[in-house]
Amino acid sequence: MTTQRTSGRRKQALAAAAAVAALLTTAACGGGGDDNGGSKNGAAGFDAANNKVAQASAVKKGGTLKFGGAQDADSWDTTRGYYGFMWNFARYYSRQLVTGKTEPGKGGAQLTPDLATGLAKVTDGGKTYTYTLRDGVTWEDGKPITSKDVKYGIERVWAQDVLSGGPTYLKEVLDPKGEYKGPYKDTSADKLGLKAIDTPDDKTIVFHLPQANSDFEEILALVSASPVRQDKDTKSKYGLKPFSSGPYKFESYSPGKSLTLTRNTSWKQASDPVRKAYPDKITVTFFSNANELDQRLLNGDLDLDINQTGMSPQGRTTALKQHKANLDNPVSGYIRYAVFPQSVKPFDNEHCRKAVIYGADHVSLQTARGGPVAGGDIGTNMLPPSVPGAEGQKYDPYELAGANKSGNVAKAKEELKACGQPNGFSTTIAVRNNKPVEVATAQSLQASLKKVGINAQIDQYDGSQTAGIIGSPSNVKKKGYGIIIMGWGPDFPTVQGFGLPLWDSKYILQSGNNNYALINDKAIDGLFSQYVTTLDDAGKEKIATQINHKVMEGGYYLPFVFEKFINWRSDRLANVYTTDNYSGMYDFVNLGLKSAS
Amino acid sequence: MLTYLIRRLFAAAVMLVVIITVVFCIFFLVPKWAGVDIASSFVGKQADPAAVEGVRQKLGLGDPIYVQVWEFFKGIFVGRTYAGGGDTIHCAAPCFGYSFRSEQAIWPVLTDRFPVTLGLALGAAVLWLILGVSAGVLSALKRGSLWDRGAMVVALAGVSLPIYFTGMLSLAIFVFGLHWFSGTYVPFTDNPGKWFTGMILPWVTLAFLYAAMYARITRATMMEILGEDYIRTARAKGLREPVVIRKHAMRSTMTPILTMLGMDLGALIGGAILTESTFNLPGLGREVLLAIRNQDLPVIVGVTLITSLAVLFANLVVDILYAVIDPRVRLT
Amino acid sequence: MTDLSKTGAALGEPVSGAAPSAFLEVRDLKVHFPTDDGLVKSVDGLSFQLEKGKTLGIVGESGSGKSVTSLGIMGLHTAGQYGKRKAQISGEIWLNGTELLTADPDHVRKLRGREMAMIFQDPLSALHPYYTIGQQIVEAYRIHHDVDKKTARRRAVEMLDRVGIPQPDKRVDNYPHEFSGGMRQRAMIAMSLVNNPELLIADEPTTALDVTVQAQILDLIRDLQKEFGSAVIVITHDLGVVAELADDILVMYGGRCVERGPADKVFYEPRHPYTWGLLGSMPRLDREQQERLIPVKGSPPSLINVPSGCAFNPRCPYADIPKDDVTRTVRPELAEVGSRHWAACHLSTEQRERIWTEEIAPKL
Repeated sequence: MTTQRTSGRRKQALAAAAAVAALLTTAACGGGGDDNGGSKNGAAGFDAANNKVAQASAVKKGGTLKFGGAQDADSWDTTRGYYGFMWNFARYYSRQLVTGKTEPGKGGAQLTPDLATGLAKVTDGGKTYTYTLRDGVTWEDGKPITSKDVKYGIERVWAQDVLSGGPTYLKEVLDPKGEYKGPYKDTSADKLGLKAIDTPDDKTIVFHLPQANSDFEEILALVSASPVRQDKDTKSKYGLKPFSSGPYKFESYSPGKSLTLTRNTSWKQASDPVRKAYPDKITVTFFSNANELDQRLLNGDLDLDINQTGMSPQGRTTALKQHKANLDNPVSGYIRYAVFPQSVKPFDNEHCRKAVIYGADHVSLQTARGGPVAGGDIGTNMLPPSVPGAEGQKYDPYELAGANKSGNVAKAKEELKACGQPNGFSTTIAVRNNKPVEVATAQSLQASLKKVGINAQIDQYDGSQTAGIIGSPSNVKKKGYGIIIMGWGPDFPTVQGFGLPLWDSKYILQSGNNNYALINDKAIDGLFSQYVTTLDDAGKEKIATQINHKVMEGGYYLPFVFEKFINWRSDRLANVYTTDNYSGMYDFVNLGLKSAS
Repeated sequence: MLTYLIRRLFAAAVMLVVIITVVFCIFFLVPKWAGVDIASSFVGKQADPAAVEGVRQKLGLGDPIYVQVWEFFKGIFVGRTYAGGGDTIHCAAPCFGYSFRSEQAIWPVLTDRFPVTLGLALGAAVLWLILGVSAGVLSALKRGSLWDRGAMVVALAGVSLPIYFTGMLSLAIFVFGLHWFSGTYVPFTDNPGKWFTGMILPWVTLAFLYAAMYARITRATMMEILGEDYIRTARAKGLREPVVIRKHAMRSTMTPILTMLGMDLGALIGGAILTESTFNLPGLGREVLLAIRNQDLPVIVGVTLITSLAVLFANLVVDILYAVIDPRVRLT
Repeated sequence: MTDLSKTGAALGEPVSGAAPSAFLEVRDLKVHFPTDDGLVKSVDGLSFQLEKGKTLGIVGESGSGKSVTSLGIMGLHTAGQYGKRKAQISGEIWLNGTELLTADPDHVRKLRGREMAMIFQDPLSALHPYYTIGQQIVEAYRIHHDVDKKTARRRAVEMLDRVGIPQPDKRVDNYPHEFSGGMRQRAMIAMSLVNNPELLIADEPTTALDVTVQAQILDLIRDLQKEFGSAVIVITHDLGVVAELADDILVMYGGRCVERGPADKVFYEPRHPYTWGLLGSMPRLDREQQERLIPVKGSPPSLINVPSGCAFNPRCPYADIPKDDVTRTVRPELAEVGSRHWAACHLSTEQRERIWTEEIAPKL
């Protein structure tokens, strides 16, 4: 009798719990009706926009495209932004001489003329690039964009003391000695004192490189090479309201709160072969709570996440269960890995490095990253699949995704013996404390290394001080960080845009260092020098492959995953596709809506 | 009364100077002593040497410490100018610093975010006072009863459940499930009605936590006060019990509650970080959260200062109210 | 009850249930408090009468049940008591023909402050710290008189004047903490008397005061009693206080009455060993040569486990005189030892007379 009553009560409690759970799931589901298979009016289907265009024909002109985000841009100033989504979004209000094609997947990583009438006329053995500007290209006040505006915009990169934060490739390539002091300290009357760029007339711009760099046009495609008009340059405050050269202009912006773009009526479709400018208005709302952002995406209040870094674990789980047709699972271009500083013993010995590579359980590392869907495929080498010359999992020198995917203890012990540490050794894993997933991978690594006799301690350091803590080789040596957990993505999709700061000995810096492994390999340095002077794509790709092989053979890195994201696209979106130009993000600039209302 | 007021105001002013100095030291001098380059924390991760030098110049970080402190103080009262790298930024008084991250003076940001937080804190305070105090009084009067036990269990839950849990739960149910509220913040000046409906959930969520604490303290205080001699006197006069409670017991019970309210309101005005970030209310708390995330040091300094000021001001108000409520305080 | 009515009759007291002739009559009053440790029998069968214009002094150590008795009369054990553990009260309290324990609580409330008023021991804690003296007196007056604040305030000033507070029109706006101890007690008395109560209970009215102020307050109470003609109960642990005021004296021990009688009888012919002890511990200013005080040895009895037999037996130096250990097995009832004079003791009247005259009186 009593047991019956208890179980009755328990049933009630269970029922109540179930009711709450049901309420929460329906709440989370929000939008209702489902269509995992994909349909014309609803969601396009799982992975329907991954490297291909989804629902291109459904697009209508007009409407408001609604972005949400958990993180505002570092700056909306084209010179100062460094976040990938900022570069992607900046194409709405800025134009460049050349830019990535508005095509899905690999196509997006190819360049196409934008302000220029064609790709560069390269002469002088890759040291001179000449462009001619199109007719009818205008600023938001209707005045024409001139070659001098382009030059001035590029010159701003030199004013790092005022305009910090953005990429400085242009400065390094055009003025490696740092002779020019930037437009704000420029003594010439027109403030166009940079010698490396000539503007013989308003339509022509000529770049003179001291040394050839085969990726120069890629660098010109970055938004930091956008034109800026001198009389509209508000210096450090430019990012609050950039003066538009693209189809949209800033209507209002409140940092960390919201951003609204409206049509730039001076922009003419005829002058722009790249941008389609479908919506009338683009809004961005910033959230302090990533879960709420995901809820609003699921709920249909927002169309997509401007940050494009994947949904949070909670939202992802719900979305995968109930709204799979709204999701894409692209490769992000990021590789997540562990790196071994050679200054910390015994990692000066490549066999000890390889012992870690073999000893690690790669499946469990992948699981710690989020599994095959949310985390990515097991990383087998150090060149992201989106970079030309990459071979993906086909190149797997340590059989990380093959025979050794759960760790090979015997092989690891062999390497330990070869290293002179047959009984293993002790070391420290350094990991950012503000990235729970990275901490989880460190713990996974720690567990599998224990099996081969390597005793690793985990040191969680202040993630906001990355540059000062692991970017300082002397500090790394002092702290004995034998294993550093990091991740890296390409600034532009070439081996140079990805690997130069990581692997070239010139980039070993005393602070802000990214060559954590302290790779000082004449062969690799030589391949990079060769790369920048190789102008044909096939040759560049071949060198990229070679560099990747050299890095892997040295055993400097233990790759975890070729990262993948789960990104959301709403039912309302049309003409959606991911692009390698922005590491697997949706190509913002040509997104459209199915209905103008 | 006047001397009391003047004394409290003077004490507050002294505290203000101390607070500003301490805040300055924490954020500008301690890192310097620890050997951290402050300038690099203003320019973000990819710190180009020229960028760091630019900030160092603008902030005058090369100057002697007393000059820096003086500039910081001066900025609050007469404004200051940041110049460097061919760029000049004027930050008008009261200059609480300048964000090199979002390129804005801090003060306008603070004044923009402040009303949101104030509205949240005050609205929630009204709610939790009504709920908490009446629940606490009822519990004290019906101690040991089912009501008392029930109320105290709910109060325990309220104190223990974190805001992001109750907040997300209420969002999931009322915004995404039942669609009763839009869950978006509309400024009062834009549309008072929508502001009100938008604030209901944050108010209730925040008030739930505090009402629980206030119910507990009210109950305990009330029970203690009911044992006082002057309550017995009031009954011996022939007063009706409700009058005894309302006029005699409540007034004394309010004293500790007022102290708590002052501190809580002060702290909340400094930023109801969890509530604001859960409900995406653009207030001071959300601002400081974003600032921490973006390593926007000047904003953190500014909000810290404002928080301290709010606590200081709240304490001053409490002190004055104390004197109004308890005549004995005026002599001390 | 039958037993009691018999003893009651033997004591010349009226039969239970019938309205008495006396202004205040308490019959077999019991006040018990349930606690975790057991039932606390604070008052356990107390009876007495009091006429208008007369003063009764209730004397005893702390914990003897004096204050509990007074609060019982005022009905303050039931008013505003929250929670489950309520006091258990039985017996009868007749005030001016009304039985208070069975009366409607709201009726008793209306009597409080008007018919019966109380002066408390510590006026600092008994007055509300947040209200002015005036506000508190005005409140006391307006509960029972439908007058405007102005009239009530005039009345308050008048009362303050009457109890001897200088500049009453100014002091009326002062807070309790702005008064000296004596002045505060005067204000308290003014507040109690503002409605001309017919019964005034003064619970240790001078304990918290300086010795010099004590006398003034006692004089004041005596004068006011004459003026208003009220019945007064003075509760104290100090026989000296009641010596000046009381017509009758009731000595309490362990929640019960051990001796009762006219003041001069109790003082000059006390017939209970406990009373002797109290007299011995009383400082006397009228003696030239003050001998060493003789305190009552031992400590007050537990009210949960009251000693069997005579409650005083563990402390009584004469407990072994009566035969058969009767002091430890049989509880002595009040017995008449003289005209209107009762005491509860197993010693024979002769034994007590002898001990008093030979052993006790000379030492006092």
